[in-house]
Amino acid sequence: MSWLTQTLSSSIGKKLVMALTGLFLTSFLAVHVAGNLQLFNADEGLAFNLYTVFMTTSPIIKTISYGLYAFILIHAFQGFYLAYQNRQARGKVTYSKVDNQSTWASRNMALLGTVLLVFIVVHMAQFWYDYKFGQLPFKKYTIELAEGKIVNTETMPEGYMLKSKLEEQLSDDQKTKTIIVKDLYMIVDRAFANLPLVLLYVLSMVAVSYHLVHGFRSAFQTLGINHPKYNPLLDFLGVWVFGIIIPAAFAAMPVYFYIMHLLH
Amino acid sequence: MHLTLKVWRQKNNDSEGRFETYELDGISSDMSFLEMFDVLNEKLIAENKEPVAFDHDCREGICGMCSMYINGRPHGPLQGVATCQLHMRSFNDGDTIVVEPWRAVAFPVIKDLVVSRTAFDRIVASGGFVSVNTGNAQDANSLPVPKEAADHAFMAAACIGCGACVAACKNSSAMLFVSAKISQLALLPQGQAERKIRAEKMVAQMDTEGFGACTNTGACSAECPKEISMENIARMNREYLGAKLTSSAV
Ligand code: HEM
Ligand code: SF4
Ligand code: FES
Repeated sequence: MSWLTQTLSSSIGKKLVMALTGLFLTSFLAVHVAGNLQLFNADEGLAFNLYTVFMTTSPIIKTISYGLYAFILIHAFQGFYLAYQNRQARGKVTYSKVDNQSTWASRNMALLGTVLLVFIVVHMAQFWYDYKFGQLPFKKYTIELAEGKIVNTETMPEGYMLKSKLEEQLSDDQKTKTIIVKDLYMIVDRAFANLPLVLLYVLSMVAVSYHLVHGFRSAFQTLGINHPKYNPLLDFLGVWVFGIIIPAAFAAMPVYFYIMHLLH
Repeated sequence: MHLTLKVWRQKNNDSEGRFETYELDGISSDMSFLEMFDVLNEKLIAENKEPVAFDHDCREGICGMCSMYINGRPHGPLQGVATCQLHMRSFNDGDTIVVEPWRAVAFPVIKDLVVSRTAFDRIVASGGFVSVNTGNAQDANSLPVPKEAADHAFMAAACIGCGACVAACKNSSAMLFVSAKISQLALLPQGQAERKIRAEKMVAQMDTEGFGACTNTGACSAECPKEISMENIARMNREYLGAKLTSSAV
Protein backbone atom coordinates (compact mmCIF):
# COMPACT_ATOMS: atom_id res chain seq x y z
CA MET A 1 0.00 0.00 0.00
CA SER A 2 1.30 3.44 -0.80
CA TRP A 3 1.53 5.94 2.03
CA LEU A 4 -1.46 7.80 0.66
CA THR A 5 -3.88 4.86 0.57
CA GLN A 6 -2.48 3.78 3.93
CA THR A 7 -3.25 7.20 5.37
CA LEU A 8 -6.73 7.42 3.90
CA SER A 9 -7.67 3.93 5.06
CA SER A 10 -6.49 4.50 8.64
CA SER A 11 -9.04 5.44 11.27
CA ILE A 12 -7.85 9.05 11.28
CA GLY A 13 -7.68 9.13 7.47
CA LYS A 14 -11.27 7.95 7.14
CA LYS A 15 -12.29 10.69 9.52
CA LEU A 16 -10.32 13.19 7.45
CA VAL A 17 -12.35 12.21 4.39
CA MET A 18 -15.58 12.62 6.40
CA ALA A 19 -14.50 16.03 7.65
CA LEU A 20 -13.36 17.40 4.27
CA THR A 21 -16.39 16.15 2.35
CA GLY A 22 -18.69 17.22 5.19
CA LEU A 23 -17.29 20.74 5.23
CA PHE A 24 -17.59 20.98 1.48
CA LEU A 25 -21.25 19.97 1.70
CA THR A 26 -21.68 22.51 4.48
CA SER A 27 -20.26 25.32 2.38
CA PHE A 28 -22.56 24.29 -0.46
CA LEU A 29 -25.48 24.60 1.94
CA ALA A 30 -24.61 28.25 2.57
CA VAL A 31 -24.58 29.02 -1.17
CA HIS A 32 -27.76 27.03 -1.77
CA VAL A 33 -29.74 28.83 0.93
CA ALA A 34 -28.65 32.24 -0.31
CA GLY A 35 -29.83 31.42 -3.83
CA ASN A 36 -33.09 29.89 -2.69
CA LEU A 37 -34.01 33.00 -0.74
CA GLN A 38 -35.08 34.28 -4.19
CA LEU A 39 -38.19 32.16 -3.65
CA PHE A 40 -39.42 34.79 -1.23
CA ASN A 41 -39.18 37.54 -3.89
CA ALA A 42 -42.63 38.83 -4.79
CA ASP A 43 -41.92 38.64 -8.54
CA GLU A 44 -43.82 35.51 -9.50
CA GLY A 45 -40.61 33.57 -9.52
CA LEU A 46 -38.59 35.58 -12.05
CA ALA A 47 -35.46 35.98 -9.91
CA PHE A 48 -35.62 32.36 -8.78
CA ASN A 49 -36.07 31.06 -12.34
CA LEU A 50 -33.14 33.15 -13.58
CA TYR A 51 -31.03 31.88 -10.68
CA THR A 52 -31.79 28.26 -11.64
CA VAL A 53 -30.70 28.97 -15.21
CA PHE A 54 -27.43 30.37 -13.92
CA MET A 55 -26.90 27.39 -11.60
CA THR A 56 -27.45 24.86 -14.39
CA THR A 57 -25.53 26.55 -17.19
CA SER A 58 -22.48 28.20 -15.64
CA PRO A 59 -19.52 25.88 -16.38
CA ILE A 60 -17.92 26.62 -13.01
CA ILE A 61 -21.06 25.78 -11.07
CA LYS A 62 -21.56 22.68 -13.22
CA THR A 63 -18.07 21.42 -12.45
CA ILE A 64 -18.52 22.07 -8.75
CA SER A 65 -21.85 20.32 -8.79
CA TYR A 66 -20.38 17.10 -10.19
CA GLY A 67 -17.82 17.24 -7.40
CA LEU A 68 -20.69 17.77 -5.02
CA TYR A 69 -22.56 14.65 -6.17
CA ALA A 70 -19.38 12.61 -5.79
CA PHE A 71 -18.75 14.06 -2.32
CA ILE A 72 -22.28 13.25 -1.19
CA LEU A 73 -21.76 9.62 -2.21
CA ILE A 74 -18.28 9.39 -0.67
CA HIS A 75 -19.46 11.02 2.55
CA ALA A 76 -22.52 8.78 2.81
CA PHE A 77 -20.74 5.49 2.04
CA GLN A 78 -17.76 6.30 4.24
CA GLY A 79 -20.16 7.35 7.02
CA PHE A 80 -22.12 4.11 6.86
CA TYR A 81 -18.94 2.07 6.69
CA LEU A 82 -17.47 3.85 9.71
CA ALA A 83 -20.70 3.38 11.64
CA TYR A 84 -20.57 -0.34 10.83
CA GLN A 85 -16.90 -0.68 11.81
CA ASN A 86 -17.41 1.29 15.00
CA ARG A 87 -20.33 -0.93 15.89
CA GLN A 88 -18.16 -4.01 15.33
CA ALA A 89 -15.51 -2.66 17.73
CA ARG A 90 -17.87 -3.06 20.69
CA GLY A 91 -18.24 -6.80 20.12
CA LYS A 92 -21.15 -9.21 20.30
CA VAL A 93 -22.11 -8.47 23.89
CA THR A 94 -23.23 -4.92 24.51
CA TYR A 95 -23.81 -3.05 27.77
CA SER A 96 -27.11 -3.72 29.48
CA LYS A 97 -27.21 -0.23 30.92
CA VAL A 98 -25.78 2.87 29.25
CA ASP A 99 -25.61 6.38 30.65
CA ASN A 100 -23.45 7.98 27.98
CA GLN A 101 -22.02 11.41 28.77
CA SER A 102 -22.31 12.92 25.30
CA THR A 103 -24.87 14.72 23.18
CA TRP A 104 -27.62 12.82 21.37
CA ALA A 105 -26.60 14.30 18.01
CA SER A 106 -23.00 13.14 18.37
CA ARG A 107 -24.13 9.56 18.99
CA ASN A 108 -26.61 9.53 16.11
CA MET A 109 -24.71 10.98 13.17
CA ALA A 110 -25.39 7.91 11.04
CA LEU A 111 -29.13 7.95 11.81
CA LEU A 112 -29.27 11.68 11.02
CA GLY A 113 -27.22 11.02 7.90
CA THR A 114 -29.71 8.36 6.78
CA VAL A 115 -32.52 10.90 7.03
CA LEU A 116 -30.38 13.30 5.00
CA LEU A 117 -29.68 10.70 2.33
CA VAL A 118 -33.38 9.89 1.93
CA PHE A 119 -34.08 13.60 1.77
CA ILE A 120 -31.38 14.25 -0.82
CA VAL A 121 -32.74 11.47 -3.06
CA VAL A 122 -36.34 12.72 -2.81
CA HIS A 123 -35.27 16.33 -3.24
CA MET A 124 -33.13 15.67 -6.31
CA ALA A 125 -35.73 13.40 -7.93
CA GLN A 126 -38.30 16.08 -7.42
CA PHE A 127 -36.61 19.26 -8.55
CA TRP A 128 -33.22 18.47 -10.06
CA TYR A 129 -34.36 15.57 -12.25
CA ASP A 130 -37.53 17.35 -13.28
CA TYR A 131 -35.63 20.47 -14.20
CA LYS A 132 -33.00 18.65 -16.21
CA PHE A 133 -35.01 15.93 -17.87
CA GLY A 134 -38.69 16.55 -17.22
CA GLN A 135 -41.27 18.51 -19.22
CA LEU A 136 -41.32 21.79 -17.39
CA PRO A 137 -43.74 24.57 -18.32
CA PHE A 138 -42.24 27.81 -19.63
CA LYS A 139 -43.23 31.20 -18.36
CA LYS A 140 -43.14 34.49 -20.19
CA TYR A 141 -42.47 37.64 -18.18
CA THR A 142 -43.00 41.06 -19.75
CA ILE A 143 -40.96 43.73 -18.05
CA GLU A 144 -41.34 47.45 -18.40
CA LEU A 145 -37.75 48.66 -18.68
CA ALA A 146 -38.07 52.23 -17.39
CA GLU A 147 -39.19 51.16 -13.94
CA GLY A 148 -38.14 47.52 -14.08
CA LYS A 149 -41.67 46.42 -13.24
CA ILE A 150 -43.20 43.15 -14.37
CA VAL A 151 -46.28 44.19 -16.32
CA ASN A 152 -47.48 40.80 -17.51
CA THR A 153 -46.79 37.12 -16.97
CA GLU A 154 -48.21 34.19 -18.82
CA THR A 155 -47.60 30.48 -18.78
CA MET A 156 -46.73 29.22 -22.23
CA PRO A 157 -49.06 26.58 -23.74
CA GLU A 158 -48.29 22.96 -23.00
CA GLY A 159 -45.73 21.46 -25.34
CA TYR A 160 -44.00 24.79 -25.84
CA MET A 161 -40.27 24.21 -26.21
CA LEU A 162 -37.22 26.40 -26.31
CA LYS A 163 -33.82 25.40 -27.60
CA SER A 164 -32.22 27.05 -24.58
CA LYS A 165 -33.42 27.45 -21.04
CA LEU A 166 -33.78 31.18 -21.39
CA GLU A 167 -34.82 33.55 -24.16
CA GLU A 168 -34.75 37.30 -23.81
CA GLN A 169 -36.22 39.72 -26.35
CA LEU A 170 -36.44 43.49 -26.50
CA SER A 171 -39.68 44.93 -27.87
CA ASP A 172 -39.53 47.04 -31.06
CA ASP A 173 -40.05 50.28 -29.18
CA GLN A 174 -37.30 49.34 -26.74
CA LYS A 175 -39.68 50.00 -23.83
CA THR A 176 -40.34 46.45 -22.69
CA LYS A 177 -38.49 43.22 -22.57
CA THR A 178 -39.83 39.68 -22.54
CA ILE A 179 -38.12 36.81 -20.81
CA ILE A 180 -39.17 33.22 -21.44
CA VAL A 181 -37.72 30.80 -18.93
CA LYS A 182 -38.30 27.31 -17.53
CA ASP A 183 -40.71 27.77 -14.65
CA LEU A 184 -39.23 25.78 -11.78
CA TYR A 185 -40.84 28.26 -9.41
CA MET A 186 -44.26 26.91 -10.33
CA ILE A 187 -43.11 23.32 -9.74
CA VAL A 188 -41.85 24.34 -6.31
CA ASP A 189 -45.06 26.20 -5.61
CA ARG A 190 -47.22 23.22 -6.60
CA ALA A 191 -45.10 20.67 -4.76
CA PHE A 192 -45.46 22.41 -1.44
CA ALA A 193 -49.25 22.27 -1.48
CA ASN A 194 -48.67 18.69 -0.33
CA LEU A 195 -48.61 18.49 3.47
CA PRO A 196 -46.65 15.19 3.87
CA LEU A 197 -43.94 16.57 1.61
CA VAL A 198 -43.78 19.81 3.59
CA LEU A 199 -43.43 17.74 6.77
CA LEU A 200 -40.64 15.63 5.22
CA TYR A 201 -38.77 18.82 4.34
CA VAL A 202 -39.17 20.31 7.78
CA LEU A 203 -38.13 17.05 9.47
CA SER A 204 -35.08 16.82 7.22
CA MET A 205 -34.05 20.34 8.12
CA VAL A 206 -34.24 19.35 11.79
CA ALA A 207 -31.89 16.48 10.88
CA VAL A 208 -29.54 18.91 9.09
CA SER A 209 -29.56 21.06 12.20
CA TYR A 210 -28.58 18.23 14.55
CA HIS A 211 -26.07 16.80 12.04
CA LEU A 212 -24.29 20.13 11.79
CA VAL A 213 -24.55 21.26 15.42
CA HIS A 214 -22.28 18.31 16.11
CA GLY A 215 -20.65 17.88 12.69
CA PHE A 216 -19.34 21.38 12.08
CA ARG A 217 -17.25 21.63 15.22
CA SER A 218 -16.39 17.94 14.99
CA ALA A 219 -14.95 18.35 11.50
CA PHE A 220 -12.51 20.97 12.75
CA GLN A 221 -11.51 18.73 15.67
CA THR A 222 -10.83 15.98 13.11
CA LEU A 223 -8.64 18.38 11.14
CA GLY A 224 -6.73 19.05 14.35
CA ILE A 225 -8.19 22.48 14.97
CA ASN A 226 -9.14 22.82 18.63
CA HIS A 227 -7.79 26.09 19.94
CA PRO A 228 -9.13 28.43 22.61
CA LYS A 229 -8.76 31.38 20.23
CA TYR A 230 -10.96 29.92 17.52
CA ASN A 231 -13.29 27.55 19.37
CA PRO A 232 -15.83 30.27 20.26
CA LEU A 233 -16.11 31.27 16.59
CA LEU A 234 -16.46 27.64 15.47
CA ASP A 235 -19.11 27.04 18.12
CA PHE A 236 -21.00 30.13 17.02
CA LEU A 237 -20.90 29.14 13.34
CA GLY A 238 -21.76 25.51 14.05
CA VAL A 239 -24.65 26.19 16.39
CA TRP A 240 -26.14 29.47 15.20
CA VAL A 241 -25.32 29.76 11.51
CA PHE A 242 -25.28 26.13 10.34
CA GLY A 243 -27.32 24.59 13.14
CA ILE A 244 -30.15 27.11 13.41
CA ILE A 245 -30.30 29.97 10.90
CA ILE A 246 -29.62 28.04 7.69
CA PRO A 247 -31.88 25.02 8.44
CA ALA A 248 -34.61 27.41 9.63
CA ALA A 249 -34.36 29.45 6.42
CA PHE A 250 -34.61 26.26 4.35
CA ALA A 251 -37.54 24.97 6.39
CA ALA A 252 -39.33 28.32 6.00
CA MET A 253 -39.54 27.80 2.21
CA PRO A 254 -41.96 24.83 2.07
CA VAL A 255 -43.87 26.23 5.05
CA TYR A 256 -44.27 29.59 3.27
CA PHE A 257 -45.66 27.99 0.11
CA TYR A 258 -47.95 25.74 2.11
CA ILE A 259 -49.40 28.71 4.01
CA MET A 260 -49.83 30.63 0.75
CA HIS A 261 -51.87 27.72 -0.62
CA LEU A 262 -54.01 27.66 2.52
CA LEU A 263 -54.69 31.37 2.18
CA HIS A 264 -55.78 31.21 -1.45
CA MET B 1 -27.06 0.28 53.58
CA HIS B 2 -28.93 -2.44 51.73
CA LEU B 3 -27.98 -2.94 48.08
CA THR B 4 -29.01 -5.12 45.18
CA LEU B 5 -26.04 -5.87 42.93
CA LYS B 6 -26.37 -7.14 39.39
CA VAL B 7 -22.90 -8.34 38.49
CA TRP B 8 -21.65 -9.75 35.20
CA ARG B 9 -20.24 -13.26 35.67
CA GLN B 10 -18.26 -14.91 32.91
CA LYS B 11 -15.94 -17.90 33.20
CA ASN B 12 -13.57 -16.85 30.40
CA ASN B 13 -13.58 -15.21 27.01
CA ASP B 14 -14.90 -18.31 25.26
CA SER B 15 -17.89 -18.84 27.49
CA GLU B 16 -21.08 -16.83 27.57
CA GLY B 17 -21.61 -14.52 30.48
CA ARG B 18 -24.74 -13.60 32.42
CA PHE B 19 -25.83 -11.34 35.23
CA GLU B 20 -26.06 -12.68 38.80
CA THR B 21 -28.06 -10.79 41.38
CA TYR B 22 -26.78 -10.45 44.94
CA GLU B 23 -28.37 -8.82 47.99
CA LEU B 24 -25.95 -7.12 50.37
CA ASP B 25 -26.74 -5.80 53.85
CA GLY B 26 -24.78 -3.74 56.34
CA ILE B 27 -22.73 -1.76 53.83
CA SER B 28 -21.25 1.41 55.35
CA SER B 29 -21.51 4.57 53.29
CA ASP B 30 -17.83 5.20 54.13
CA MET B 31 -16.70 2.05 52.34
CA SER B 32 -15.10 2.39 48.96
CA PHE B 33 -16.78 0.67 46.03
CA LEU B 34 -14.04 -1.97 45.97
CA GLU B 35 -14.41 -2.59 49.73
CA MET B 36 -18.07 -3.21 49.10
CA PHE B 37 -16.97 -5.84 46.54
CA ASP B 38 -14.61 -7.30 49.16
CA VAL B 39 -17.61 -7.71 51.47
CA LEU B 40 -19.54 -9.40 48.67
CA ASN B 41 -16.65 -11.79 47.96
CA GLU B 42 -16.21 -12.70 51.63
CA LYS B 43 -19.89 -13.51 51.74
CA LEU B 44 -19.62 -15.62 48.57
CA ILE B 45 -16.58 -17.48 49.93
CA ALA B 46 -18.42 -18.15 53.22
CA GLU B 47 -21.27 -19.59 51.16
CA ASN B 48 -18.77 -21.74 49.27
CA LYS B 49 -19.41 -19.89 46.03
CA GLU B 50 -16.93 -18.55 43.49
CA PRO B 51 -15.96 -14.95 44.36
CA VAL B 52 -16.30 -12.24 41.71
CA ALA B 53 -13.01 -11.63 39.88
CA PHE B 54 -12.21 -7.92 39.58
CA ASP B 55 -9.00 -6.01 38.89
CA HIS B 56 -7.41 -3.62 41.36
CA ASP B 57 -3.99 -2.72 42.60
CA CYS B 58 -3.18 0.66 44.11
CA ARG B 59 -6.68 1.55 45.31
CA GLU B 60 -5.69 5.21 45.20
CA GLY B 61 -6.40 6.17 41.62
CA ILE B 62 -2.96 5.85 40.07
CA CYS B 63 -2.57 2.37 38.59
CA GLY B 64 -5.61 2.20 36.30
CA MET B 65 -6.51 -1.41 37.09
CA CYS B 66 -9.96 -1.04 38.65
CA SER B 67 -12.07 -1.31 35.51
CA MET B 68 -15.76 -1.46 36.38
CA TYR B 69 -18.67 -0.20 34.32
CA ILE B 70 -21.13 0.92 37.00
CA ASN B 71 -24.74 1.82 36.24
CA GLY B 72 -23.93 2.62 32.64
CA ARG B 73 -20.76 4.62 33.32
CA PRO B 74 -17.09 3.60 33.51
CA HIS B 75 -15.78 4.17 37.05
CA GLY B 76 -19.30 5.02 38.21
CA PRO B 77 -21.20 8.27 38.63
CA LEU B 78 -18.45 10.62 39.89
CA GLN B 79 -16.34 12.73 37.58
CA GLY B 80 -12.55 12.55 37.59
CA VAL B 81 -12.14 9.49 39.82
CA ALA B 82 -11.39 5.82 39.31
CA THR B 83 -13.62 3.07 40.74
CA CYS B 84 -11.29 2.65 43.72
CA GLN B 85 -11.88 6.30 44.69
CA LEU B 86 -15.64 5.96 44.52
CA HIS B 87 -17.40 5.59 47.87
CA MET B 88 -20.74 4.13 48.80
CA ARG B 89 -21.97 7.55 49.90
CA SER B 90 -22.45 8.22 46.18
CA PHE B 91 -25.31 5.68 46.31
CA ASN B 92 -28.56 5.44 48.25
CA ASP B 93 -29.87 2.77 50.58
CA GLY B 94 -31.90 0.28 48.56
CA ASP B 95 -30.22 1.06 45.22
CA THR B 96 -29.79 -1.52 42.50
CA ILE B 97 -26.28 -1.27 41.04
CA VAL B 98 -25.41 -2.87 37.69
CA VAL B 99 -21.71 -3.72 37.27
CA GLU B 100 -20.29 -4.85 33.92
CA PRO B 101 -16.79 -5.30 32.49
CA TRP B 102 -15.37 -2.92 29.83
CA ARG B 103 -16.88 -4.09 26.57
CA ALA B 104 -14.69 -3.91 23.47
CA VAL B 105 -13.42 -6.47 20.99
CA ALA B 106 -9.91 -5.26 21.75
CA PHE B 107 -10.42 -5.85 25.51
CA PRO B 108 -11.36 -9.55 25.79
CA VAL B 109 -12.88 -10.64 29.10
CA ILE B 110 -10.49 -12.77 31.15
CA LYS B 111 -12.99 -13.53 33.89
CA ASP B 112 -16.06 -11.78 35.33
CA LEU B 113 -15.12 -8.08 35.50
CA VAL B 114 -11.47 -8.55 34.52
CA VAL B 115 -10.54 -7.66 30.94
CA SER B 116 -7.22 -7.86 29.16
CA ARG B 117 -5.86 -4.43 28.31
CA THR B 118 -2.66 -5.73 26.72
CA ALA B 119 -3.79 -4.04 23.48
CA PHE B 120 -2.76 -0.80 25.21
CA ASP B 121 0.65 -2.28 26.02
CA ARG B 122 1.17 -3.25 22.40
CA ILE B 123 0.27 0.28 21.28
CA VAL B 124 2.79 1.79 23.69
CA ALA B 125 5.38 -0.80 22.68
CA SER B 126 4.91 0.20 19.03
CA GLY B 127 6.31 3.69 19.61
CA GLY B 128 5.27 5.30 22.89
CA PHE B 129 8.79 5.70 24.20
CA VAL B 130 12.10 7.49 23.68
CA SER B 131 14.76 5.09 22.37
CA VAL B 132 17.87 6.80 23.65
CA ASN B 133 18.97 6.31 27.20
CA THR B 134 18.48 9.71 28.78
CA GLY B 135 20.78 8.92 31.70
CA ASN B 136 20.57 10.59 35.07
CA ALA B 137 18.46 13.67 35.62
CA GLN B 138 20.30 16.64 34.17
CA ASP B 139 20.56 20.13 35.48
CA ALA B 140 17.06 21.56 35.13
CA ASN B 141 18.20 24.44 32.94
CA SER B 142 20.27 22.45 30.47
CA LEU B 143 17.23 21.59 28.39
CA PRO B 144 14.82 24.49 28.27
CA VAL B 145 11.14 23.46 28.25
CA PRO B 146 8.52 26.19 28.10
CA LYS B 147 6.22 26.09 31.11
CA GLU B 148 3.15 25.73 28.90
CA ALA B 149 4.59 22.73 27.06
CA ALA B 150 5.60 21.14 30.34
CA ASP B 151 2.10 21.68 31.75
CA HIS B 152 0.35 20.19 28.73
CA ALA B 153 2.75 17.27 28.57
CA PHE B 154 2.17 16.64 32.26
CA MET B 155 -1.60 16.74 31.86
CA ALA B 156 -1.33 14.16 29.06
CA ALA B 157 1.10 12.05 31.08
CA ALA B 158 -1.51 11.81 33.85
CA CYS B 159 -3.25 9.08 31.81
CA ILE B 160 -3.18 5.86 33.82
CA GLY B 161 -4.13 3.59 30.92
CA CYS B 162 -7.31 2.42 32.62
CA GLY B 163 -9.32 2.05 29.41
CA ALA B 164 -12.37 3.95 30.63
CA CYS B 165 -12.22 6.04 27.44
CA VAL B 166 -12.67 2.89 25.35
CA ALA B 167 -15.40 1.64 27.68
CA ALA B 168 -17.29 4.95 27.51
CA CYS B 169 -17.00 5.47 23.76
CA LYS B 170 -19.89 4.20 21.65
CA ASN B 171 -17.26 3.22 19.07
CA SER B 172 -14.88 1.60 21.59
CA SER B 173 -12.29 4.01 20.30
CA ALA B 174 -8.91 4.26 22.00
CA MET B 175 -8.07 7.68 20.61
CA LEU B 176 -8.07 9.51 23.94
CA PHE B 177 -5.54 7.06 25.38
CA VAL B 178 -3.34 7.01 22.28
CA SER B 179 -3.52 10.79 21.90
CA ALA B 180 -2.39 11.25 25.51
CA LYS B 181 0.57 8.92 24.95
CA ILE B 182 1.52 10.66 21.68
CA SER B 183 1.08 14.14 23.18
CA GLN B 184 3.19 13.69 26.29
CA LEU B 185 6.24 13.00 24.11
CA ALA B 186 5.43 15.26 21.15
CA LEU B 187 5.40 18.26 23.49
CA LEU B 188 8.82 17.66 25.04
CA PRO B 189 12.30 18.00 23.53
CA GLN B 190 13.19 14.38 24.33
CA GLY B 191 10.32 13.20 22.13
CA GLN B 192 11.28 15.15 18.99
CA ALA B 193 13.67 12.67 17.36
CA GLU B 194 11.00 9.97 16.95
CA ARG B 195 8.02 12.27 16.78
CA LYS B 196 6.78 11.32 13.30
CA ILE B 197 7.47 7.61 13.33
CA ARG B 198 5.86 7.40 16.78
CA ALA B 199 2.59 8.93 15.60
CA GLU B 200 2.52 6.72 12.51
CA LYS B 201 3.27 3.48 14.35
CA MET B 202 1.02 4.03 17.35
CA VAL B 203 -1.99 4.92 15.20
CA ALA B 204 -1.33 1.91 12.95
CA GLN B 205 -1.14 -0.38 16.00
CA MET B 206 -4.32 1.17 17.43
CA ASP B 207 -6.15 0.33 14.18
CA THR B 208 -4.73 -3.20 14.09
CA GLU B 209 -6.04 -3.90 17.60
CA GLY B 210 -9.62 -3.38 16.44
CA PHE B 211 -10.56 -0.21 18.29
CA GLY B 212 -13.19 1.97 16.60
CA ALA B 213 -12.67 5.42 15.07
CA CYS B 214 -13.48 8.69 16.82
CA THR B 215 -16.80 10.50 16.30
CA ASN B 216 -15.78 13.30 18.68
CA THR B 217 -18.68 12.61 21.03
CA GLY B 218 -16.50 13.55 24.02
CA ALA B 219 -17.81 10.69 26.22
CA CYS B 220 -14.19 9.53 26.76
CA SER B 221 -12.99 12.80 28.20
CA ALA B 222 -16.13 13.14 30.33
CA GLU B 223 -15.49 9.73 31.92
CA CYS B 224 -11.69 9.83 32.12
CA PRO B 225 -10.56 9.63 35.78
CA LYS B 226 -7.64 11.91 34.87
CA GLU B 227 -9.84 14.25 32.80
CA ILE B 228 -7.60 14.00 29.74
CA SER B 229 -8.79 16.67 27.30
CA MET B 230 -10.10 16.25 23.75
CA GLU B 231 -7.40 18.72 22.71
CA ASN B 232 -5.06 15.74 22.78
CA ILE B 233 -7.08 13.99 20.08
CA ALA B 234 -6.88 17.11 17.91
CA ARG B 235 -3.13 17.14 18.52
CA MET B 236 -2.83 13.47 17.61
CA ASN B 237 -4.70 14.13 14.35
CA ARG B 238 -2.26 16.94 13.56
CA GLU B 239 0.73 14.80 14.52
CA TYR B 240 -0.46 11.82 12.51
CA LEU B 241 -1.55 13.65 9.36
CA GLY B 242 1.53 15.88 9.48
CA ALA B 243 3.76 12.84 9.90
CA LYS B 244 2.07 11.01 7.03
CA LEU B 245 2.52 14.02 4.76
CA THR B 246 6.13 14.73 5.61
CA SER B 247 7.85 11.63 7.01
CA SER B 248 10.43 9.79 4.94
CA ALA B 249 8.54 6.48 5.18
CA VAL B 250 6.89 5.93 1.79
C1 HEM C 1 -25.89 11.90 2.49
C2 HEM C 1 -26.18 11.48 3.68
C3 HEM C 1 -25.22 11.63 4.85
C4 HEM C 1 -24.77 10.62 5.62
C5 HEM C 1 -25.12 9.15 5.49
C6 HEM C 1 -23.90 11.20 6.61
C7 HEM C 1 -23.27 10.48 7.61
C8 HEM C 1 -22.36 11.02 8.49
C9 HEM C 1 -21.76 10.30 9.58
C10 HEM C 1 -22.02 8.83 9.92
C11 HEM C 1 -20.90 11.14 10.19
C12 HEM C 1 -20.05 10.84 11.40
C13 HEM C 1 -18.75 10.20 11.03
C14 HEM C 1 -17.98 9.89 12.25
O1 HEM C 1 -17.43 10.81 12.85
O2 HEM C 1 -17.92 8.72 12.65
C15 HEM C 1 -20.97 12.40 9.52
C16 HEM C 1 -20.22 13.51 9.83
C17 HEM C 1 -20.37 14.75 9.24
N1 HEM C 1 -21.29 15.10 8.27
FE1 HEM C 1 -22.54 13.83 7.36
N2 HEM C 1 -23.82 12.55 6.41
C18 HEM C 1 -24.64 12.86 5.35
C19 HEM C 1 -24.87 14.11 4.82
C20 HEM C 1 -24.23 15.26 5.24
C21 HEM C 1 -24.50 16.58 4.72
C22 HEM C 1 -25.55 16.91 3.66
C23 HEM C 1 -23.64 17.43 5.35
C24 HEM C 1 -23.46 18.91 5.20
C25 HEM C 1 -24.33 19.72 4.77
C26 HEM C 1 -22.83 16.66 6.27
C27 HEM C 1 -21.85 17.16 7.07
C28 HEM C 1 -21.11 16.44 7.97
C29 HEM C 1 -20.03 16.96 8.77
C30 HEM C 1 -19.50 18.40 8.75
C31 HEM C 1 -19.57 15.89 9.56
C32 HEM C 1 -18.44 15.93 10.60
C33 HEM C 1 -17.19 15.25 10.13
C34 HEM C 1 -16.27 14.96 11.28
O3 HEM C 1 -16.73 14.68 12.38
O4 HEM C 1 -15.06 14.99 11.08
N3 HEM C 1 -23.22 15.34 6.18
N4 HEM C 1 -21.88 12.31 8.48
S1 SF4 D 1 -7.23 8.64 28.64
FE1 SF4 D 1 -8.24 8.64 30.67
S2 SF4 D 1 -9.82 7.07 30.45
FE2 SF4 D 1 -8.38 6.71 28.78
S3 SF4 D 1 -6.89 5.24 29.56
FE3 SF4 D 1 -6.03 7.26 30.00
S4 SF4 D 1 -6.74 7.74 32.08
FE4 SF4 D 1 -8.02 6.04 31.38
S1 FES E 1 -6.98 0.39 41.82
FE1 FES E 1 -5.39 1.62 41.01
S2 FES E 1 -6.51 3.16 39.97
FE2 FES E 1 -8.07 2.08 41.00
